[in-house]
Amino acid sequence: MCGIVGLLVKTPALRDQLGSLMVPMLIGMTERGPDSAGLAVFGTPTKNERRKISLYSGLTDDGADFNWAGLAHELREHLDMKVEISAKGNHAVLTVPTAPEAVKRYLREKHPKLHLLSTGRSIDLYKDIGTPAEVAARYDFESLKGSHLVGHTRMATESAVTPDRAHPFTAGEDFCLVHNGSLSNPNGIRRQLEPQGIHFDTDNDTEAACRFLEWRLREGDALEDALQKGFEELDGFFTFLMGTPEKLALIRDPFACKPAVVAENDGYVAIASEFRSLAHLPDIKNAKVFEPAPEEMYVWNA
Amino acid sequence: MERLIAPLEFDLAKLPLTEMNRFLHQELDDGDTRTVTVVNPDGAHNIAVGLNQPVKIEIHGHAGYYAGGMNKHAHVTIHGSAGTGVAENMMSGTVHVKGFASNGAGATAHGGLLVIDGDAGLRCGISLKGADIVVGGSVGSFSGFMAQAGRMVICGDAGDALGDSLYEAVIYIKGEPKSLGADAQFEPMTDADVEALAGLLDRAGLDHDPKSFRRIASARQLYHWNADANQEY
Repeated sequence: MCGIVGLLVKTPALRDQLGSLMVPMLIGMTERGPDSAGLAVFGTPTKNERRKISLYSGLTDDGADFNWAGLAHELREHLDMKVEISAKGNHAVLTVPTAPEAVKRYLREKHPKLHLLSTGRSIDLYKDIGTPAEVAARYDFESLKGSHLVGHTRMATESAVTPDRAHPFTAGEDFCLVHNGSLSNPNGIRRQLEPQGIHFDTDNDTEAACRFLEWRLREGDALEDALQKGFEELDGFFTFLMGTPEKLALIRDPFACKPAVVAENDGYVAIASEFRSLAHLPDIKNAKVFEPAPEEMYVWNA
Repeated sequence: MERLIAPLEFDLAKLPLTEMNRFLHQELDDGDTRTVTVVNPDGAHNIAVGLNQPVKIEIHGHAGYYAGGMNKHAHVTIHGSAGTGVAENMMSGTVHVKGFASNGAGATAHGGLLVIDGDAGLRCGISLKGADIVVGGSVGSFSGFMAQAGRMVICGDAGDALGDSLYEAVIYIKGEPKSLGADAQFEPMTDADVEALAGLLDRAGLDHDPKSFRRIASARQLYHWNADANQEY
């Protein structure tokens, strides 16, 4: 079991409330996923070539006491780039002036235990072990702003309970995926992708789906074409919710083994595994509530 | 807890669901036909499960999993949608969903009537054991799988593998199934079918011409092992 939640606000006025609307949705899915939680939020893209890199230090020796200011200093020193850093406890968002490959390479070499959560111009990502309420409080999810977000509560079945195996997963830039279910061919997908130079961080089945779909997008597929290839290649049970800077997308396996319900009105589109995570949303009584069909693509534009 | 008196209204935003279900199990009189109103169900699981008296339950909002499950005698109406397994293993009485129902609606139900005004999800009436199910809209794939007894009425369409491995349950469908399951076949509608179907549609409050439906039942080819089939069915 796991819980998925997603929220896309249609009116700019609701962007400031994105986090506060979402937190009860996430906490509502605690029974479905009490061991870890996380979310990815999409906001206004950075200017020029600037990129944001979300980092997690909980797996380093220093944990939440990681010296983030020192890291920013190192990057300025060694890579000669002006780096901004916004850190809280075991989490930080680095903003770098150019494409992030050099920074990523440096981090891999010098700080191998620092976990890279996401890279992109719009995405910020948070995930950790703990109940959804604990994780939401740890990173102050209430205060998050943006146009849409993708969240997850985890009850691990296919791999261990660790922060890097929590969801959302990301691959490439500005793409994330959360998953309720279990895949039966993640290793086959992996064997298909690794010879093409695609690196995996964990043994988690969801990571295979995430990297497969991001690979299709990078190869030039439109999101809908990538999802169609996903239906053809990914075997098992899944409700997937995915985010890009412009879109929120939802698909369910042909057996609809894992639940999903959508509520939509003029103000927002909200998605959750179960209605009990949507019941608190404003004016929900007048929202159009429906269950997404299996093997259909649902894509909403931010 | 203080004994609640009429009007019976439970606000699940204020009262724990277990308190309401405990009251419905333990504090109703034999043959109690009162109306119990439930507000703010907010998708909670197990609302009004295991009832044993002919009360009327009016649920205003969306119900979570297993609403009206194991029902005996009671008449449960959900003015909203129902989650997975609504009226699962119902024994008698009625459960009426005014909106749509998720997967496994009426699974293994032995008796009574389940009415869903909207669509039902996948596996509706799976392993049906004698209840009647009337769906005003369409049903998802694998509906009626291994249904043993009872009747299913589908006013819309059906997904794949409708009535797969049917035993003696009968399915009436107005629209088109995407595909029939193994051993399910269309059969001619008899006068008795038309009469039975008219009765079910009437009880469900749905206005359809029973003659516009087709009957699906088991070809009974899977009942016995056939050594000559070479595992190909």
